[in-house]
Amino acid sequence: MTVTIIDYGAGNVPSVERALQKLGVASKRVRQPNELAGASAIILPGVGHYAAIIRALDQQNLRAPLLDAITLGVPFLGICLGLQALYSSSEEAPSLSGLNLFSGSVRSLPATVKLPHMGWNRLRIQRTSQLLGGLSESDYFYFAHTFAAATPADQVVATCEHGTNFTAVLEHSNIFATQFHPEKSGAAGSRLLQNFLSRAV
Amino acid sequence: MTLAHRIIPCLDTDGARVVKGVNFVGLRDAGDPAALAARYNAEGADELVVLDIAASRDRRPTFLETIRRVAAELAIPLTAGGGIRSLDDARSVIRAGADKITVNTAAVKRPELITELSQEFGAQAVVLAIDAKFDSSSLANLGSVVVANSSEPPPVVESQVEKPHWDVRIRGGRDSTHLDALQWAQHGVELGAGEILLTSMDRDGTQSGFDVELTHAISTCVSVPVIASGGAKIPQHFSEVFTLGAADAALAASIFHDDTQSIRALKQFLSSQSIEVRLPC
Repeated sequence: MTVTIIDYGAGNVPSVERALQKLGVASKRVRQPNELAGASAIILPGVGHYAAIIRALDQQNLRAPLLDAITLGVPFLGICLGLQALYSSSEEAPSLSGLNLFSGSVRSLPATVKLPHMGWNRLRIQRTSQLLGGLSESDYFYFAHTFAAATPADQVVATCEHGTNFTAVLEHSNIFATQFHPEKSGAAGSRLLQNFLSRAV
Repeated sequence: MTLAHRIIPCLDTDGARVVKGVNFVGLRDAGDPAALAARYNAEGADELVVLDIAASRDRRPTFLETIRRVAAELAIPLTAGGGIRSLDDARSVIRAGADKITVNTAAVKRPELITELSQEFGAQAVVLAIDAKFDSSSLANLGSVVVANSSEPPPVVESQVEKPHWDVRIRGGRDSTHLDALQWAQHGVELGAGEILLTSMDRDGTQSGFDVELTHAISTCVSVPVIASGGAKIPQHFSEVFTLGAADAALAASIFHDDTQSIRALKQFLSSQSIEVRLPC
């Protein structure tokens, strides 16, 4: 199996490649819309500004083929901004439309805590899931973000807290997403990626 | 559930090899960066910092290769810095595998660099490194009457008289800038820095403990996380800087390199002191 990594220029693409490589899985970067057809699994990594990921998806004409692939049931993993992009919009760039697979807006974490939310934190697990198989509330994951999605949806598998509760892990049929960076989260992150890949074969 | 306090080993390199020295002088070889990176990754380090302390233009390709070799060993975040003067410099370091970049001298000389980097890579990727040195004259002024020069507006006498002052140093600590470290930290955050790497030039290399007073002053005046650096030797130094110093992370170099202190044992100690840390498995 080859994992398709959407390359919109995000800084963490090489890290994701390396993490997959360590799991013995091949990957390829795609930048063109026609390269998404026939993908067996898709990862959308992201870090930085919400506008960068949304604008890039549109400028590279990747929005429609990505949504098509997800509709067809191709396993999809969004990382950090790749999770935020699944919502309707974000306070970080209010004029832009997200992928709108989940309703609601991404908002800033409160200024009562240090921002960005930077470092290792634990999850509050809401329900059983494939993505967190073998993982528990004692595992730490690496976060680096200022904006986050709220938590009403039943697609939320786990939340995290930094000033407020926010969505840390999403899972809904073939759509998976994490606000943290599994590719930077040591053994626990590696396990999560493995769980995603086992769903993908 | 709270954010864990981070323990960050730092690899000071001459581009290719890890070097160590006291107060930025008397450097000697301390090992291969990739080998040390692999060890720290396995021991439970929360991040790794790799710096090019020579930062000369002609050694740049060597340093980028070092970043690639180090990144290949890590499943934790990597910060790289030393000699980053432009967007292009930063881009090459990030492409080589760094998640974050530090800027120091170049940001003092041209503060807009922080904004440019933050807009391009996001604030979470921009670490403002500040080398701060205590200005003993700031305490000498305590209680004294400052006579304002009639031809100039009165200085901000209150804060200068009542509070200790730390001067921002650049070029590896050699040059004074006459910038106030607190004000520079706040300004850097306004410009887009997402984190402060704060090194006490008074404590660096002394192994007499972090500068808790300096760290507390900076950490409580900015909205972003602060990494304390300089002076660490024993586990109590780390617990002090996390509790009294309000540090979000603590960085050290030589005590980890020469095995004076294992990261695993350090984290177990901190956990026993009820300080939230990510315990290695």
